[in-house]
Amino acid sequence: MIPRKYKERAIEGVFLSFASISLVVLLFIMLFLFREGLPIFRVIGPLEFLFGKSWYPTYEPPEFGILPLIMGSLFITVGAIVVAIPLGLASAIYLAEIAHPRIREWVKPAIELLAGVPSVIYGFFGLLVLAPFIQDLFNLPTGLTALTASLLLGIMATPTVISISEDALNSVPGSYREASLALGATRWQTTIRVVVPAALSGISTACILGMARAIEETMAVLMVAGGATLIPTSFLQPVRPLTATIIAEMGEAIHGSPHFHALFAIGVVLFFITLGLNLLADFLTHRFKETGSGTL
Amino acid sequence: MGRNNAWAKAGVTLVAIFVMLLCSPSLGLSKGKSITIRGSTTVLPIAQRLAEKYYQLHPEVGISVSGGGSGVGIKALLDGMVDIASASRPMKDKEWKIAETKGIKPHEQVIAKDGIAVIVHPTNPISELTMAQIKDIYAGRMDNWSQLGGPGRKIVVVSRESASGTYECFHKIVMKKEKITPAAILQAANAGVVNTVAQTEGAIGYIGLGYITGKVKALKVNGVYPTSEVVRKETYPISRPLFMYTRGKPQGVVAVFINFVLSPEGQRIAQKEGFVPIRPVK
Repeated sequence: MIPRKYKERAIEGVFLSFASISLVVLLFIMLFLFREGLPIFRVIGPLEFLFGKSWYPTYEPPEFGILPLIMGSLFITVGAIVVAIPLGLASAIYLAEIAHPRIREWVKPAIELLAGVPSVIYGFFGLLVLAPFIQDLFNLPTGLTALTASLLLGIMATPTVISISEDALNSVPGSYREASLALGATRWQTTIRVVVPAALSGISTACILGMARAIEETMAVLMVAGGATLIPTSFLQPVRPLTATIIAEMGEAIHGSPHFHALFAIGVVLFFITLGLNLLADFLTHRFKETGSGTL
Repeated sequence: MGRNNAWAKAGVTLVAIFVMLLCSPSLGLSKGKSITIRGSTTVLPIAQRLAEKYYQLHPEVGISVSGGGSGVGIKALLDGMVDIASASRPMKDKEWKIAETKGIKPHEQVIAKDGIAVIVHPTNPISELTMAQIKDIYAGRMDNWSQLGGPGRKIVVVSRESASGTYECFHKIVMKKEKITPAAILQAANAGVVNTVAQTEGAIGYIGLGYITGKVKALKVNGVYPTSEVVRKETYPISRPLFMYTRGKPQGVVAVFINFVLSPEGQRIAQKEGFVPIRPVK
């Protein structure tokens, strides 16, 4: 018989290797992304790439300026946050502090379901319902605008904001609420002045992850954002975010051409944006960790 | 002991299943009775119909068709992933060079012709434009239909992603390689262009002839309305050949398939899908 000690160790090893798989995969994705993306800088300088104002990857000579794409992503993401944060936060406060448990039992799965709807379905909804509505409302030549994409992404990011904020609110100890109420504060005052501030780190994390959700969305924005490579000056213009450019052009780019590498380099830019947002979320989570037991 | 026996049995069974799984697809392949086609989204509808019909005639040959784009198809062909690459543009010099370094001599076969139709919203009173006018619109020099004798409505330029075969053809023939305005709306497929134009009163777009539907209005270009007839006679200005590439001269089942594509039956299918046959049709 094999001693129990070794068995334990073997099992531990097996689980460790499974856990490492995702890390290894991440590492390979990074290696691949950088290997395919960095060669573009032999053709064009990094600053010229990031701040160049025109994206004409297949012209002679080609132009690889991604500023219009970055601005497109920025416009859409900012718009999405403006929609998702108030909506998500208010819903989370309602669910955590006000709603009757029986209502919560129904609403929460519904919201989780909303997060599970494939983005192409959102895209169809945006294309067939939202875009014509925006077009009529503002009397625009086309309904495929940054605003349309923002609204749609806002709706898509809301479940993320709700579920993380609600967890944060729920983890605020009951004693905080009891203390506040005992001091004569109303329920509203307790929620706004005590519970929400105590859960602030979790709520900020929720907002940042919602933002990340908006910036990395691809299919829906390809369908509704319009895709013009003009640097946007208003929300009522068609824009082209970074992700949509990759998915639209990767299929026809010649393998190994500067265009191909430029698309991967856009992937590298997106990677750093998401990494930055995740680090920020992580920082905010840990920042307030010690100050109260009520934080996520 | 008995327990060990059970484990051993389970192990043997698993190994047997594994071996069977590994062998079965490779057996199918080793007979060479399958054809894979990948490439242009323009050619995709013809390729699919052709494959269906071919499968009815030769059920022993498995045939799979996928899109992805001309570039994807050609790359897959050069990588040895597919047997036939469909393309809505000829192979580029760079791609020929890659083929050369890999020791492949791609064989080019024109299978049909495609005309690119310029379309507008059905309510647009304009029914004819010249190549120069279309170029001015797409370059952003004209941005209102009133400049062309139409109603005072902003022109919404709809274009394809800058790497599609349809875009490339339009860009070469109409734009003479001039830049398309960055304000143009991007759609990633012919069907997307049709939908956007059908939904947008001021829109103008361009699509493969096979995608014209009642939802949009095709314009006369330089006085010629886009039909199969005029594309074949080459009197319609915006047209192009469609290709199928193989590694070397087609052989075996692939050769049989290519011959089927060029047969009266195959050409009829291409015609039915809205493209223009290059050989007699049954």
